[in-house]
Amino acid sequence: MKNKLIFQIAISLLLARWKQTLVAAIGVTFSITMFITLLSFMTGLNDLLDGLLLNRTAHVRLFKELSISKNQPTDLYYKNSKGHNFIRSIKPKNERLDISNSGAIISTLQKDARVLGVAPKITAQVFYNVGSIDLTGVINGIEPLEENRLFKFNDYVTAGNFLDLKNIPNSVILGKGLAQKMMVSIGDVVQVTTSKGERLSLKVVGFFQSGIQDIDKVQSYASIKTTQKLLGASASFITDIQVKLKDILGAPAAAKEFESFYEVDAIDIQTANSQFETGSSVRSLISYAVGITLLIVAGFGIYNILNMMIYEKMDSIAILKAVGFSGGDVNKIFISIALSIGIFGGAMGLLGGFGLSSLIDQIPFNTDSLPTVKTYPINYNPNFYFIGGIFSIITTYFAGYFPARKASSIDPVVIIRGK
Amino acid sequence: MESLNVSKYFHDPVTIKILDNINFSLYESEFVSIIGKSGCGKSTLLYILSTMDTDYDGDIAIDGVSMKGKSEKILAEVRNEKIGFVFQFHYLLNEFSVLKNVMLPGLKLGLYTEKEIEHRAYEKLKILGIEKEALKLPNQLSGGQKQRVAIARALINDPLLIMGDEPTGNLDKKNSEIVFDIFQELAQEFKQTLLIVTHDNEFAARTTRIIEMEDGQIIRM
Repeated sequence: MKNKLIFQIAISLLLARWKQTLVAAIGVTFSITMFITLLSFMTGLNDLLDGLLLNRTAHVRLFKELSISKNQPTDLYYKNSKGHNFIRSIKPKNERLDISNSGAIISTLQKDARVLGVAPKITAQVFYNVGSIDLTGVINGIEPLEENRLFKFNDYVTAGNFLDLKNIPNSVILGKGLAQKMMVSIGDVVQVTTSKGERLSLKVVGFFQSGIQDIDKVQSYASIKTTQKLLGASASFITDIQVKLKDILGAPAAAKEFESFYEVDAIDIQTANSQFETGSSVRSLISYAVGITLLIVAGFGIYNILNMMIYEKMDSIAILKAVGFSGGDVNKIFISIALSIGIFGGAMGLLGGFGLSSLIDQIPFNTDSLPTVKTYPINYNPNFYFIGGIFSIITTYFAGYFPARKASSIDPVVIIRGK
Repeated sequence: MESLNVSKYFHDPVTIKILDNINFSLYESEFVSIIGKSGCGKSTLLYILSTMDTDYDGDIAIDGVSMKGKSEKILAEVRNEKIGFVFQFHYLLNEFSVLKNVMLPGLKLGLYTEKEIEHRAYEKLKILGIEKEALKLPNQLSGGQKQRVAIARALINDPLLIMGDEPTGNLDKKNSEIVFDIFQELAQEFKQTLLIVTHDNEFAARTTRIIEMEDGQIIRM
């Protein structure tokens, strides 16, 4: 009953100055709209840029690096000596490049509960023969289906069908830059020479575009089998095992574990691409800072308007107090005025933010480096709406709090006698 | 209602004793006027008695209850329930209709339902002969009508006491007459206790008791 009365009075005061109220509410609406739009757009862009790398990078990559042996014979021989051994000019010995026992490792990994999927890979250094010229390049031998499931391979294949890699023997998908350099189109045959001198003819079944031009100029994809044939290796020859985990944050720990357990080298995505993490967190920090600044500015707007309203309504406040409304009641009246501006403006702002970001989502955005992106990216994360809503209420509450406190402490005698 | 040794000082710009040991009592269904020259402290006394001004020495008691040192919230409740006000200016809220203005203190008290309060407000307006203006906004009324609405508002909670600070001070002769008649009617027919500050000696002469003040002291009561 009492709160209802207080609310009625607040509404009447609000409506009596509806233009001012509207201006205040529009201030909140505008800032929430911009807050939501800015965050959605920035995060969308962030995700896009991160995805460029993160989507097609394994969370943990197992490989074998040719390096000098960690246990040198002298260390064994002088094990009990108190002195130091100095050995100079150690060279790595000629080892096989492939991961030994790769089949067993893959099947064990696939049973691991943390693992989303495993994709084997072979990297082969090759020369593409174009007339009398040789272009250096890399052929990645992949399992097309797994590669697509885990790393969205199909998103980057701009022409042709990636499944042809599996279905057509001796087929290759060329990087777009590379295809342009070689002036080949789908259906043509290219000659490839390995570093060991073996030659193979590969049929072009598609082009891919990764978004990173340097990669597109040198890389191409073939099936694992084709690559093994190219290298003259056995069917168990695998140089990389790409592991995608269910939780990307578990990658560093998993990498360490795999490294010691399988006796291979392992690198996690965070270590391999730390600069990306930093970049995206700084970008979101900036957009949050701008958004919150907008809200605080709107808060000052509300503060000003309420302050003015209190000076205008000095008489009304005095009379409310004279007829028996306490300071607390007056306080509540002004707080509810501020909160209704905040809630109304905030709700409109959330709608506006959704509208504006949907609009941006429709704007065409075509770029050579991002073949899958047709419009500006927007991230419709409900968290932004939640934060925006909460923040609009908190800001308006504080914007109303100080004027309300002033209003509640008005001495009615001073006002009434002052006439 | 009693006032015991009430003194008040104004400290700005220099300390002046504006009220000096005021002692008096007011009994039920009395119609009392306070008169005195400008600046003699009569309005100040009224505001202290009204509980709105709490900065004084001494004590006041309303309905046998001491008001000294009570919290602002409790004093607001006392004003709401036991005291009705009529000021020199009507002080109606322009955002609300006449009816709503009258209902406000009743709604605040919350003793009756909204329907009942509305009905009571109509009755009070009827007593004052302005029930036809109930749904208008205050700024559509004449000065005399506004003052009558203010009286209706003062009556809504059936207060023990109605206080007036120069309620006719801003009205012409005819309207003053009407307002005075209303007060007299309230005093005689409804046994309403009234305490009115005025500098209109003619007005005061028709009340049942006159308290005259000079230089912060009561010189006749």
